[in-house]
Amino acid sequence: MAMMEYMTTKKDELVGWIRKFSLFPYPFVTACCGMEFMSVSSTLYDTDRFGAALPRFTPRQSDLLMVVGTVSHKTAPILKTVYEQMCEPKWVMAFGACATSGGFYRNYAVVQGIDRIIPVDIYVPGCPPRPEMVIDAIVMLQDKIARDRHPIFPFEEQVPVKT
Amino acid sequence: MLRDALTTALNGLFERTGESFGMPVLELRPENIVPVVNRLRAEFGFELFLDVTAVDYPQRSPRFDVVYHLYSRKHNGRIRLKVSVPEDRPVVPTLTPLYGSARYMEREVHDMYGIGFEGNTDLRPILLYEGFAGHPLRKDYVMDMEQPIVPYRE
Repeated sequence: MAMMEYMTTKKDELVGWIRKFSLFPYPFVTACCGMEFMSVSSTLYDTDRFGAALPRFTPRQSDLLMVVGTVSHKTAPILKTVYEQMCEPKWVMAFGACATSGGFYRNYAVVQGIDRIIPVDIYVPGCPPRPEMVIDAIVMLQDKIARDRHPIFPFEEQVPVKT
Repeated sequence: MLRDALTTALNGLFERTGESFGMPVLELRPENIVPVVNRLRAEFGFELFLDVTAVDYPQRSPRFDVVYHLYSRKHNGRIRLKVSVPEDRPVVPTLTPLYGSARYMEREVHDMYGIGFEGNTDLRPILLYEGFAGHPLRKDYVMDMEQPIVPYRE
């Protein structure tokens, strides 16, 4: 240890590395995909291995919004409020066919994809998606976070808030 | 057996009678629905109000059928009642004085088909939301029409 008294790195890489392994998901579960979410977050598949484990059931303490299931027009204001309550930095995963595109519900009641309401970082197709696909999506999101800019100092150019 | 007893007891109060999956079906006029259900409940023990829904026949006149299902524990059987209502005045009398659960099911039918229930004082939207225009289960509702509450982002 005496030889390694300090190390050098890029600030964005360091902050991205820290942030990508401390994703606190908020499960916005509205439909049957929730069963698959339970499977992927519990022991057999276990997102804890990838640093995205502990679901915080308040949006104010979480930074990954997992929209799991069908979002109807009547639910849309709630989803919008939940998204706005989350602190920056925040990421959104559309989990399953319904959250991605409305799925097979092409009718008067269902929002045809949550990206019409809130910005989405990663889409997971499938009805429901396999747990492996969700884990793959988490890893891809972590790659995205690691490659992203993380302005944390006041003198840095701030990234505009996603709306 | 139950069907024969029903047809003799209610003779003159219904238009046609039939059978579907072993269940008696009575077709009646809107003004007869309350007396018929009253007697079904009192004399035949139809105490459970299973459902009220509607059917839209766009080419037919009268356009709508309001369909009731009742269940009798005494006879261990169901009955279906059909009432035809025209498009220009789609109104049937309410069954809320007889069955409390009819309140919510009538609200749903009002949401989805725009059928009024005379005497039901609370016909607010139950599955839809305030400001929703039209009735989505009518055949002439445009299939892809969306009425979002939250404005879409660009």
